[in-house]
Amino acid sequence: MAEVKVTHQQCKGCELCVLYCPKKILRMSSDINSKGYHFPECFEPDSCTGCKICAIMCPEVALEIYK
Amino acid sequence: MEKVFARPESLSKKQFTYCPGCGHSIIHRLTAEVIDELRIRTRTVGVASVGCSVFADEFFDFDFVQAAHGRAPAVAVGVKRVRPDCVVFTHQGDGDLASIGTAEMIHSANRGEKITVIFVNNAIYGMTGGQMAPTTLVGMKTTTCPDGRNPELTGYPLRVCELLSGLGGVAYLERVAVNSPQNVTKARHALKKAFEIQIEGLGFTLVELLSQCPTGWAQRPTEAVKWLEKEMRGYFPLGVFKDVTAGAPQEGAKE
Amino acid sequence: MAEERSLMKGNEAIAEAAIRAGCRFFAGYPITPQNEIPEYMSWRMPEVGGTFIQSESELAAINMVYGAASAGARAMTSSSGPGISLKQEGLSYMCGSELPCFLANIVRGGPGLGNIAGAQSDYFQATRGGGHGDYRIPVFVPSTVQELIDLTMLAFEVADRYRNPAMLMGDGILGQMMEPAVMRKMVDYDPKAKASWAVGDASGRERHVINSVRLAPGTLETHNIRLLKKYREIEEKEQRFELFEVDNADVVIIAYGTGARIAKSAVALAKTKGNIRLGIIRPITVWPFPKKVIREIAAKKENFLVVEMSFGQMYEDALLSVCGKAKVSLLARTGGGLPTEEEIVETARRAMASKESIEVYPALD
Repeated sequence: MAEVKVTHQQCKGCELCVLYCPKKILRMSSDINSKGYHFPECFEPDSCTGCKICAIMCPEVALEIYK
Repeated sequence: MEKVFARPESLSKKQFTYCPGCGHSIIHRLTAEVIDELRIRTRTVGVASVGCSVFADEFFDFDFVQAAHGRAPAVAVGVKRVRPDCVVFTHQGDGDLASIGTAEMIHSANRGEKITVIFVNNAIYGMTGGQMAPTTLVGMKTTTCPDGRNPELTGYPLRVCELLSGLGGVAYLERVAVNSPQNVTKARHALKKAFEIQIEGLGFTLVELLSQCPTGWAQRPTEAVKWLEKEMRGYFPLGVFKDVTAGAPQEGAKE
Repeated sequence: MAEERSLMKGNEAIAEAAIRAGCRFFAGYPITPQNEIPEYMSWRMPEVGGTFIQSESELAAINMVYGAASAGARAMTSSSGPGISLKQEGLSYMCGSELPCFLANIVRGGPGLGNIAGAQSDYFQATRGGGHGDYRIPVFVPSTVQELIDLTMLAFEVADRYRNPAMLMGDGILGQMMEPAVMRKMVDYDPKAKASWAVGDASGRERHVINSVRLAPGTLETHNIRLLKKYREIEEKEQRFELFEVDNADVVIIAYGTGARIAKSAVALAKTKGNIRLGIIRPITVWPFPKKVIREIAAKKENFLVVEMSFGQMYEDALLSVCGKAKVSLLARTGGGLPTEEEIVETARRAMASKESIEVYPALD
């Protein structure tokens, strides 16, 4: 049981988290933050294992992982 | 549920101002994680250099000194010699370290100064708009080699780890990358090792981190990380180039 | 260590005086005519538990000093013209970052490679900032080995007081000469004296950042105003000079350092042979230039003669100070050439007789 929490405002839309998520359960939302960037959302939260790979890659420290 | 990944304490609250996908901020975060883990925040002094990371001091929550372009190792030496109890590191790009700063780089290493150089190699000059760096690859196009780097005119890319590995004062040299989660994890390990070796007083340590520069390379971040893997790793192999704590006799060490 | 009087070589006196002032960090590079300073420091610094580094270049040295000063040490470097040129960026950074340090400048003939004889041709470089940006550095100009000692120690105090680099500008002759002098007692300098802003131990306090960058609109001008106020205060409080037989002088010489030593001989020569009475205003700081006293004397005297081992650099400061109230003439030698007492007396006579100011370059005639 794990969860990724995204701080929308900190994201710059680099998409590296989406690229590297081993479960492929992240996608960029259609929503944008106040800077105009799309940010990631987890569309299958039950499949999240809390591997932290997305957070490890994120250049903006915009992702927090809970387990 | 408990938080298993959070913002390191040694980072300030200020949001990074680097480009989307840039390796500098990943490296700052790793540096902060290591400082947290080693519990050295109040005795760490960072030395900021000139380039994209000129504002590095704003992103950390410990003492910092700004250096002129290329001079960060000399500034770090001044701090460390006066305060040997401090952990002193520089954060430098490829122009700062390997172009204007070559003399300071080589001589701090050769003298075995107990500082850690965090060397961000993205094969380009970012802050000033994408000019050629000493580490730019052959054939790579930049604003000052628009037809691609031609070795007949401008020589070959400089390999810093290889260059320094023959110097006796060097205690630890490793080249890593920050373009994939696996590499980022290894990079963190290398930074921690470098700081530990400094704390043990064994000599000069440098970690070279191959880093993506999506803006400079005119690529999306997801393309840039793949380009780094494909194009940079061949010329700049990852690995440990010197480690005085490992068993075997070290290259370059003199009796 | 107690005071002791002995025969000392200028460069070595500077080095020991720095140690006595509490300097415990030296970084420098060999360049003639100041090599005795790094050589002396290489064995003396370890004796007092300090750091000596022969750096890879003069450029590296000033940056090491920048780092050491950031960490709260009394730090110094030494060099001559070509090396001081290399250090300009570092000095600008130190002024912008408000860091103290001591810089010993033993001037030689220039420009370019020049020679290794004494000269005063780096006056503009020293007094006009030298590097980029709006800044100034207090410059002390000794004339004897005793002053090399005393002004070195004073320069460390002034640097700390204002958080700014301070320079002692001598020349190859002063650096190499030997004179009896008294070496002063060791100062008890507290390494924690700068804990309110230095980097190193952040436990129990907010972090400190040493830098000179101010990008947000308006912030750099605000910072520059702060520096300007500091420089104004230095100009107000730190002008130093010696008056030598000015009261009855027909012509008042303005000369410093080695030039002043020769001028003093000229004053004596004029008494015995000259039919002219000479006096000297001897600047002991050339930044801040002793404008106040010169202005006062210009109200009472008609003739000034600047004697310098450079082509009209201090001349400009003299003209500004006199501000048209009297004639200001110039006797200039350079490239390691020295004025003679005879030249000084003769030029003073010609200057007095002339309706307008004169500029005399003996090497030209």
